[in-house]
Amino acid sequence: MTIVGNGSPQGVQITPRLPRRLTPGREPSDWIFHGLATTVGLSVLAVTGAIGLFLGYQSIPTLRHYGWHFFTQSNWLPELNQIGIAAVLVGTAEVALIAMFVSFPLALMFALFITDYAPPRIKSWLVSAVDLMAAVPSIIYGLWGFFLLQPHAIDVARWLSQYLGWLPIFHVDTDPNAAVWQQSSYTGSAFIAGLAVSMMAIPLACAVMRAVFDQAPLGEREAAMALGGTRFGVARTVVLPFAKGGIIGGTMLALGRALGETAAVLIIISPEYLIKARILEAGTQTISALIAANFGDATTSQLSALLTAGFVLFLITLTVNTCAAVVIRRSRSGASTDI
Amino acid sequence: MTTATDEALIQSTADGQIMSGWSERAPSPRGGARLEAIEVSAWFGQTQVLDDVSLSMPPATVTALIGPSGCGKSTFLRILNRMHESVPGAQLAGEVRLNGEDIYAPGQRVTRARKRIGMVFQKPNPFPAMSIADNVTSGLALTNIRISRGDRRGLVEDCLNRAGLWREVKDRLGAPGSVLSGGQQQRLCIARALAVEPEVLLMDEPCSALDPTSTRRIEETIAELSSQVTIVIVTHNMQQAHRVSQQAALFLADERAPGGIVECGPTEQLFSNPVDPRTADYVDGRFG
Ligand SMILES: Nc1ncnc2c1ncn2[C@@H]1O[C@H](COP(=O)(O)OP(=O)(O)O)[C@@H](O)[C@H]1O
Ligand SMILES: [Mg+2]
Repeated sequence: MTIVGNGSPQGVQITPRLPRRLTPGREPSDWIFHGLATTVGLSVLAVTGAIGLFLGYQSIPTLRHYGWHFFTQSNWLPELNQIGIAAVLVGTAEVALIAMFVSFPLALMFALFITDYAPPRIKSWLVSAVDLMAAVPSIIYGLWGFFLLQPHAIDVARWLSQYLGWLPIFHVDTDPNAAVWQQSSYTGSAFIAGLAVSMMAIPLACAVMRAVFDQAPLGEREAAMALGGTRFGVARTVVLPFAKGGIIGGTMLALGRALGETAAVLIIISPEYLIKARILEAGTQTISALIAANFGDATTSQLSALLTAGFVLFLITLTVNTCAAVVIRRSRSGASTDI
Repeated sequence: MTTATDEALIQSTADGQIMSGWSERAPSPRGGARLEAIEVSAWFGQTQVLDDVSLSMPPATVTALIGPSGCGKSTFLRILNRMHESVPGAQLAGEVRLNGEDIYAPGQRVTRARKRIGMVFQKPNPFPAMSIADNVTSGLALTNIRISRGDRRGLVEDCLNRAGLWREVKDRLGAPGSVLSGGQQQRLCIARALAVEPEVLLMDEPCSALDPTSTRRIEETIAELSSQVTIVIVTHNMQQAHRVSQQAALFLADERAPGGIVECGPTEQLFSNPVDPRTADYVDGRFG
């Protein structure tokens, strides 16, 4: 495009007008920080990528040898050359889903309590309490689950199987009404492991939800209050719709955590390689617990099989966490009332 | 502006062809309630921001609160519908009487007080994810008032009409509230406040974020509403106060002293013949 120049009033000088090149004005200290941040960011990506590549590479021999059977076989009997992750995949999903089922409502209610109900004075205390929950090592939750929770949880499990046993997932292969009931039929189940894992999922989900609830615009909150809304009304009309993305994202982050939880699950479950829906019944196995339990005395080929299982878990959690990140990021935009 | 068609529209709805169901449901006496602030003082933490403010706001009257920034007009307005107490550390003394009943008396429900005394904020705050129609009826959902489908449509039209927005949005009632312009959003907020049938409507600088055209629309709206509800409006704009209100109160706060009412009375008198010299200075724009 050409534009009439404005050099002199008479001169009808025609010059092509080009944009000047703009260099972002960075100070030297900005450059140093920029460089550092980029390096750190890239190395995090590189490490994650390297882990994925390493696991993928290690999986090749196993996948060559077993092919699709690796995903359909449920036994894990290296001595008999029967190796597959069908049962542990199901077990992993069951434990994680039970954990989510328990932790989701609790995390949601607790986060809402912190942001919308608790008196301001105790708000910071509650936040610290949840953060503290996240800081407890998972092995402690495992021990707690095994020694303190399990003796009571089996009563709940028995009660569930008594009244809802006609549903396949609550069925237990023993007589729940027997005068002397078979306690060992109810211990070490996916249900109890899921309960322990939920304790680790709650703080994670709660922290994300709380952060998003706190960002709900004050203007909209006040609008709902000024219309005569109760606290619950404000939560329902303003906070929860605003935080939809954060709720989903936080839950998925917690799901990623639950899928990979090892120590607590290892302590609680009685290992069993069987595809089954009966979550209250003794015996299950998850990928991470399988790896932890068999890593020590594995031969080279068994090690490769374990790493392949690890690779599958890596891919699943990576997918879940990426989805969570995308959902959380999307939810922030366009949700406020700015005009 | 096409005021003539506006009039016709309002007339036709007042005849009640479309909103018949709704008008049967509306028992509250139009004209509003008397609101009285009696010796109100307010604090944020240790800081006192209002001292001993008394003001009577009669029904079917527009009361304008004027005064420089920071003298406690918003605080006073928020005390009138119990929004003040939602701020952590906020305290108050005195009484606010709605038709003689102290809304702060023990046993008075805060949600009920807020429902009866509606509020429009400085910054338009429609619920962005809700449709325009849902925004209008959101107050009913919030206060658990059930309403039939047909009544709901009538109510939406009635309230949007009273807020002077119906003509502009009648073809897109399902669009989200956030697609409207600032002035339209503010009128949507007025419609939303009207839907719960408040007896008093408080407005905190409702036009300060708006362009002159939207401002004029809202002033027209206020004029139309003034026969139906008691209106209290905070404004920085002297001409606006002059145009819309029948009664005015000037707030001032001295250096580090809490704010209070310097003079209050009929708007005409306050502007043309003030008693206090500070009022004369303020309305003439000599300070503030
Ligand atoms: N949330 C708050 N916390 C502490 N102080 C506040 C708060 N809101 C207002 N104030 C103070 O109260 C005084 C009156 O404020 P406000 O009522 O908003 O004045 P106006 O609306 O007349 O401009 C100001 O000095 C302001 O700093
Ligand atoms: Mg103000």
